[in-house]
Amino acid sequence: MRRLTWFNTTALTLGFAFLYLPMIILIIYSFNESKLVTVWAGFSTKWYGELLGNEAFLSAAWVTLKVAVFSSTLATILGTLGALVLVRAGRFPGRTLFSGMIYAPLVMPEVITGLSLLLLFIGIGLDRGVFTIVLAHTTFSMCFVSVVVSSRLVSFDRSLEEAALDLGCSPMEAFRLVTLPIIAPAVISGWLLAFTLSLDDLVIASFTAGPSATTLPMKIWSSVRLGVSPEINALSTLMIGIVAIGVISASLITKRAALRQEAEERAAVQA
Amino acid sequence: MRRAALIIIPYFWLLALFLVPFLIVLKISLSDTALAIPPYTPTLDFSNGWQGIKDFWAALDLENFEFLTTDDLYWKAYLSSLKIAVIATFLTLLVGYPIAYGMANAPDHWRPTLMMLVILPFWTSFLIRVYSWMGILSNEGYLNQLLMGMGVISEPLTILNTNTAVYIGIVYTYLPFMILPIYSALERLDASLLEAAEDLGCSRLTAFWLVTVPLSKNGIIAGCFLVFIPTLGEFVIPSLLGGSKTLMIGKVLWEEFFNNRDWPVASAVAVILLLILIIPIILFQRNEQKQREADG
Repeated sequence: MRRLTWFNTTALTLGFAFLYLPMIILIIYSFNESKLVTVWAGFSTKWYGELLGNEAFLSAAWVTLKVAVFSSTLATILGTLGALVLVRAGRFPGRTLFSGMIYAPLVMPEVITGLSLLLLFIGIGLDRGVFTIVLAHTTFSMCFVSVVVSSRLVSFDRSLEEAALDLGCSPMEAFRLVTLPIIAPAVISGWLLAFTLSLDDLVIASFTAGPSATTLPMKIWSSVRLGVSPEINALSTLMIGIVAIGVISASLITKRAALRQEAEERAAVQA
Repeated sequence: MRRAALIIIPYFWLLALFLVPFLIVLKISLSDTALAIPPYTPTLDFSNGWQGIKDFWAALDLENFEFLTTDDLYWKAYLSSLKIAVIATFLTLLVGYPIAYGMANAPDHWRPTLMMLVILPFWTSFLIRVYSWMGILSNEGYLNQLLMGMGVISEPLTILNTNTAVYIGIVYTYLPFMILPIYSALERLDASLLEAAEDLGCSRLTAFWLVTVPLSKNGIIAGCFLVFIPTLGEFVIPSLLGGSKTLMIGKVLWEEFFNNRDWPVASAVAVILLLILIIPIILFQRNEQKQREADG
């Protein structure tokens, strides 16, 4: 029954046109000469030049990158621990509460997460800035990491780990030499997810940033509220380009790794 | 010992940065607004010992919640958020199902690419995806230019800053969340069931309604919840694409907090929003649980 009928072809064409046309238009018009974004006045890269000369955007981009690197790394460590607790720790007092706290932030409206964290930071008298954004981002993205890693841990064959223990590994060595390499793809995709979530976040950062720190989405926000601007088009194009390159090369790498593994397995069988 | 340490670290982190902040919101929603720093009373004062804690308890009340019921801005905002979320979820289903169906019936070697094309927008900035519609929908935007150029309309359509633009924005940004669960349900569907239905005299369309749709039910339910739940508290889309008449509770909360600096009312708004969200969240969890059990 796998056939491309006219219906399926139309659905796919229209669907993907809907998903991609807005971004394609944005990219095309980022090379527009005119200040008036909806009127085409010839090809130009001047908005990219203006963007790179804009100190405020550059420093916001730097803050965003710092926050994303720190929070996603921290979230990956905590989230992996969280996944181990969910899948491996068995019963312990407060387990239901724990799994609730892992799953709840996934569906929590950002305005509520942001508001509650801000009230906490003010309550304990913590000065708001890069540090508080890192704390906030770590908290919600560690839950995403936990979910990704735990789905991998569930399908993990524990006898491999037991074999390592029987062969004289300490539990820590068994984790490092056997478990970690096997769950590594999930840990890496968890890190990437946490990194993207942090780069992307506007609402939670706005609540927890305070006056001293501005992230790139906050900067974009304050500019797009006033309407469409050619500089934001240029910035969007750069961001879309980076993501597209990242996602496409990641998928090519995993595809090649899968092919290599297949070839090795075939070679092993023949030998 | 090691196990206890393993549990304590993430547990403690979530308690301190998820549960406690939440209790603070609950507490402030029961407080009164004050012209002070922080702008609410009472604040918990341990220096007076037991009496301080008693006074603190006595000063908490449901006044803010009563205020929410008397000022019709709030319940209108809740109702309008619910309405927008329901309609937008339905529209996303209408747009998403044919795409998922087309993907599931595409030749095998196309599918990884199609999957990547659906996921790719999810990795690009949400804010930028919403922003991209501002240039399309505005009065002098690309859509109006196109329609007027073709002679379909003579006056530009006002779409930006209306609820229509909000629906378009929601369908656009949440579409991958609808497509993916439906696709994974349709992909597992056994094609011989459809052949059997057709052999037994069903037309293609009847077979679709009687076999394909019921068997993709779990995917549809999951997709609808994945769109409905975040949409209800949405802030970015109504603020950028909606107009002054677009009432959504996420926007009200933001304005209450940042513009009016009324923390107790903002907290009360948050508490009610959560109470509304608990029902669909529990239903969603139950659906996922059933799905897992069915998969074995």
